[in-house]
Amino acid sequence: MSRADLAVVDTAAVRPNPVWSLGLLRSEFVTTFRRWRTLALLGVLAAVPVLVGVSVRIETRGGGQAGPGGGAGPAFITQVTNNGLFLVFTALAATLPFFLPMAVGVVAGDAIAGEADAGTLRYLLVAPAGRTRLLLTKYATTMAFCLVATLVVAASALAVGALLFPLGDLTTISGTRISFADGLGRALLIALAVALSLAGVAALGLFVSTLTNSGIAAMATTVGLLITVQILDQIPQLHALQPYLFSHYWLSFADLIRDPVYWDDLVKNLELQALYTAVFGSAAWARFTTRDITA
Amino acid sequence: MDRPSATERQPEAPENAGALGDAGNPEADAPVGAGVIDTHGLTKRYRGGQLAVDGLDLTVPAGSVFGFLGPNGSGKTTTIRMLMGLIAPTSGTARVLGHPMPRASRVVLPQVGALIEGPALYGFLSGRDNLLRYDAADPTADPRTRRARVEAALDRVGLAAAAAKKAKAYSLGMKQRLGLAAALLQPRKLLVLDEPTNGLDPQGMREIRTLVRELAEDGTTVFLSSHLLDEIEQVCTHAAVMAQGRLIAQGAVADLAAGARGRLVVITPDPGEAARVLKEQGVADVVAAEDRVTGEPPERDLADVNAALVTAGVRVRGFTVERASLEDAFMALTGEGFDVAG
Repeated sequence: MSRADLAVVDTAAVRPNPVWSLGLLRSEFVTTFRRWRTLALLGVLAAVPVLVGVSVRIETRGGGQAGPGGGAGPAFITQVTNNGLFLVFTALAATLPFFLPMAVGVVAGDAIAGEADAGTLRYLLVAPAGRTRLLLTKYATTMAFCLVATLVVAASALAVGALLFPLGDLTTISGTRISFADGLGRALLIALAVALSLAGVAALGLFVSTLTNSGIAAMATTVGLLITVQILDQIPQLHALQPYLFSHYWLSFADLIRDPVYWDDLVKNLELQALYTAVFGSAAWARFTTRDITA
Repeated sequence: MDRPSATERQPEAPENAGALGDAGNPEADAPVGAGVIDTHGLTKRYRGGQLAVDGLDLTVPAGSVFGFLGPNGSGKTTTIRMLMGLIAPTSGTARVLGHPMPRASRVVLPQVGALIEGPALYGFLSGRDNLLRYDAADPTADPRTRRARVEAALDRVGLAAAAAKKAKAYSLGMKQRLGLAAALLQPRKLLVLDEPTNGLDPQGMREIRTLVRELAEDGTTVFLSSHLLDEIEQVCTHAAVMAQGRLIAQGAVADLAAGARGRLVVITPDPGEAARVLKEQGVADVVAAEDRVTGEPPERDLADVNAALVTAGVRVRGFTVERASLEDAFMALTGEGFDVAG
């Protein structure tokens, strides 16, 4: 290549199109959702509603109610036999405490640390991806994973529910009846609320991910923190602390099937997630933009 | 571009790099464009207190193939990481392509191709997809030409046939080539290659050297770190030598090698007589071994020395001055062998 050619390319390089910088986000989506690990996590999540649906079906074959005495098991499980749509709520209630945040913890924990582990982080940074841009891209991808994971659970539950149980108008928690279409709309809204409930874990995981060069360590720490918080949320003596635990208002999504919708806890949940995102997002940014990349 | 770049202004290597081991450069505010890489008092002390790089004053002239030499652990990679904005220096400044690093990373790095401490790849992606990802990470890379540039880079390092294979199935040499391809995705003003021939077979090493020469002919400055002296000697126009975090010497390779004096070698079946005559002629440090007599060449014309040998009846079969190698220079500078870890 001659000098003249170089010069031509150089002038072009000085004025890059701002849209080009979204290329990294697209690449990150494609890379994340093509990984075996991501697909395996989504597969496990898709299997949960199948498991719940089939076991409810087997247990109620004689025509009885699901759950001994109707008290145990995930929320709404007793309603599933009447309306397959309730399997969506049941499955989300069953996966939200652990399966979903664990999957998010794996993806978020691996986000930066995994790249550092593989050494690819240094090449992304000299490309130059830009540290802030890379961090934002990673957070956006993790949130996209939250949404996809939640939708996978919901879609799988809806399919299993439609196959094994009758569908139709449904009775809300408040006792009123709403149409099936309205119910489907609320199910979608619930999936969105669940996905947003995971924003705090995602930010926490991303922060942990900036602290270490080991993907496994970051994933384990994030999941460990998740379990700890879930346990703390069960200890009555800590009730003064509990409103600040990111998982405290998670099950508020059930309020979306009230008529009218009871917004208080839903709003508190979103505020708490926003707070966690702001605090741990800033911490992750402060750490990642000043850190020596030695891996 | 509001000012001409270093490359355009100085197509030829300037002579200001000839200061051998001259620490304490007074020109702390060196003019922009003094070198493609310019560091002043660059120092890195890790949190553990270990001093990895100590007051480095490095100048890499534009258009040069610059060899960065030193044993493992001498601070080469830490220096490269500071130049690439991956590590913040403890003190001192570094300018790359005339801009301060790491502050101007966004402007500088798209014009720099780098291979740092070996290649790093996504094992679950194909070779081609690895390059597409690295190219997508550069906000100045045009997505419309991305596929074509990736194919050209694969072709250039001889990986076109293996482009669809998953990178985890690559041999070390293939990974190294893919890493090089990533550095060649765009036309670069500076290439930073850290141990580029690691893991390659002799054929691959030769190809890389040819590639480096080609790139240098195109006007790209190549900054090449290595612990292989003959490699540096074969491809580099300039070199710097590091040991234990300090710069021992830098300059044109010819000047560095000249720093260590060559030796006069006489091949003769009469070594005893030859040694005596050579001493008379002012040759110092004469060593005779079998039919080979060597010594430090004297100041006077070597033709006279040869004539004196012949006149004295010494049967001279060979009479040469062996040029000092970079290794001799390195030995002279450090007083130790090269393969000593710092």
